[in-house]
Amino acid sequence: MDHYYKTLTRNIMLTIIIVSFIPVFFVSSTIYYQFRKSYRIKVLAHLQELVQKHQQRIDDFLKKKLAEVKFVSVSFSLNELSNEAFLKDKLKTLRQEYSSVFVDLGVVDNQGKQIAYAGPFNLGQALYSDMDWFQKAMKHDYVISNVFLGIRGLPHFIVAVKNVSEGRPWILRATIDFVAFNRLVESIRIGETGFAFILNKKGEFQTKPIYDFEPNIGCYGHFLDCEKETAMGDVLTEERLDENGTKSIFVAAFLKDKDWLLVYKQVSADALSGLRHTQNIAIIIFILGGVAIITMAFILSRQTVKHIVMADREKEMMNKQVIETGKLASVGELAAGIAHEINNPVAIMVEEAGWIGDLLEEEEFEKSENLDEFQRALKQINTQGKRCKEITHKLLSFARKTDSRIQAVQVNDLIEEVVGLSAQRAKYSNVELRKNLQNSLPAIQASLSEMQQVFLNLINNALDAMEKDGGTIEMISKMEDGQVIVDVADTGPGIPRANLARIFDPFFTTKPVGKGTGLGLSICYGIIKKMGGEIDVRSSVGLGTTFSISIPVGNKASVD
Amino acid sequence: MATANVLLVDDEVPFVETMTKRLTKRDLDVSTAFNGQEALDKLEKSRSVEVVILDVKMPGMDGLETLKRIRKKYPLVEVVMLTGHATVESAIDGMKLGAFDYLMKPCDMDILISKVGEAAKKKRAHEEKIIEARVKEITSRRA
Repeated sequence: MDHYYKTLTRNIMLTIIIVSFIPVFFVSSTIYYQFRKSYRIKVLAHLQELVQKHQQRIDDFLKKKLAEVKFVSVSFSLNELSNEAFLKDKLKTLRQEYSSVFVDLGVVDNQGKQIAYAGPFNLGQALYSDMDWFQKAMKHDYVISNVFLGIRGLPHFIVAVKNVSEGRPWILRATIDFVAFNRLVESIRIGETGFAFILNKKGEFQTKPIYDFEPNIGCYGHFLDCEKETAMGDVLTEERLDENGTKSIFVAAFLKDKDWLLVYKQVSADALSGLRHTQNIAIIIFILGGVAIITMAFILSRQTVKHIVMADREKEMMNKQVIETGKLASVGELAAGIAHEINNPVAIMVEEAGWIGDLLEEEEFEKSENLDEFQRALKQINTQGKRCKEITHKLLSFARKTDSRIQAVQVNDLIEEVVGLSAQRAKYSNVELRKNLQNSLPAIQASLSEMQQVFLNLINNALDAMEKDGGTIEMISKMEDGQVIVDVADTGPGIPRANLARIFDPFFTTKPVGKGTGLGLSICYGIIKKMGGEIDVRSSVGLGTTFSISIPVGNKASVD
Repeated sequence: MATANVLLVDDEVPFVETMTKRLTKRDLDVSTAFNGQEALDKLEKSRSVEVVILDVKMPGMDGLETLKRIRKKYPLVEVVMLTGHATVESAIDGMKLGAFDYLMKPCDMDILISKVGEAAKKKRAHEEKIIEARVKEITSRRA
């Protein structure tokens, strides 16, 4: 049985947990994934905007520098600029008016020879004919070179503008400070691992990245490959593993007419760090919720099963009771059958005895010695026969369905009736019948005939007890605690202690043989109990006995 | 003349036999029947029966049915019911159907005799009244 309940508890618990967890899980995971998705989109969009902004800034910067150099180139003649002092002055102006990123200025003829130079380095008479930028500048009218070490041995890049003077091309060359330029890009720092750098077409660094690493061509080459598909101003975004195998976000934009690539890189986890925070919150809530659910499931299942155990027990008790009642009913029916069957033979016996008695009255028996004995014996048979009759009658009334229609009964009226019935007998036994009835008692729900039976039985018992010496019987009725109380108090000899306990037992009687059956009080007990009331007795030997009946008003009287 | 002419109807044979002896000793004219049909036959044959002592519980035609028929066919005959198993209900039913009285088995002989006497008296009184009425009717015809 216990095993059954344990299994039940576990099943209920599991059901509660599963049923509670599933929606929680679905809701939280749905919301989480939606959030994650939109958060990612937002973050990437933000980074793209950022990169785009920087791209524009850098492009603007480069364009501006080019324009400034060009301005100088077209504003002054070759001769003027070839003058080094003049050039120096112009450099100073450039640095002052425009920005100090201009490191130096140089005029280079069409052979690549530097005619004039103004700047911190000792580069006079340098030859640039082999230089990539020189060749490009001669070809395309202007050039912004890649970052290179050059003759001076320091990273820098050149902005060169070609001009023609008297038919001969010449180049005005300016050097941009790498450090300053670097700062532009360096300043793009977000989070802990986000940084930017510029690569040229060959994948060579144009700015110094935060930390040294070899730009794995494969990794970034992919962006460079995209050059053909993308227009200027487009931003490329990709999330992939970097050279260390860490998942990172790469946002890239082309610069300088797709010559350069601005790359922004941030470790994914870092970029989406806000997400981790949310994730943790969600997990904590889920765990807490889960713990709460499990605890509740545990408690609930226990409580429920406890109640079930109790209910089951009650049901079992009730079943037992029903079976008992059923048994009692069938016993009752059996008793009824038997009683009837007994009456007939008993009647015959009594008749035969009577016949013998009749015959004994004949003359021939008058002188018989044993006549008295015959007659005594026959009388005895008669008496016992009557006794049988009484017992069977009482048994039958115990078993049969009496007129037990439940109706509203006024106990006072009933008491009056019963007292009236007993008046004759009381007079002959020298017993005074008294009444002490409380007025306006509420009616009780009971069977009229059964209540009559009870009261009559109690009075008769009292009368039987007081037959010899007489006395008083008082009928008292009152209302107490929502119960109607009826007392039958007599001044008879009382009931000894030992008998009091057994007084409601069936077949228990102290009356001489032939006088009582011992069923009266047990029948009364049954009747009162059926109505939901109580009957009990108080007695003192020599003083008297009081039987007390209490019936709740608005009682639940069961209809048999 | 006997105190009364009685028909004793009961299915318990020894009871009927002993009862017959006792009643006869007390100066009653007793005839017997062991079931309802037999009782009706006996009544048909002998119109001198005044009182029927009738057991309630009998196989075949039971007491109440027999009572009904007796009262219908022989309304002057009185019926005293004997109930052996204390079913007051059937006794009351019997009274409603016109039984004179009812007694419980085993019954006190004296009480039975007195009841039978009363029943017979009533029957005779009725009969006399009927005769009187007839006579009156005949005599008043002459007018």
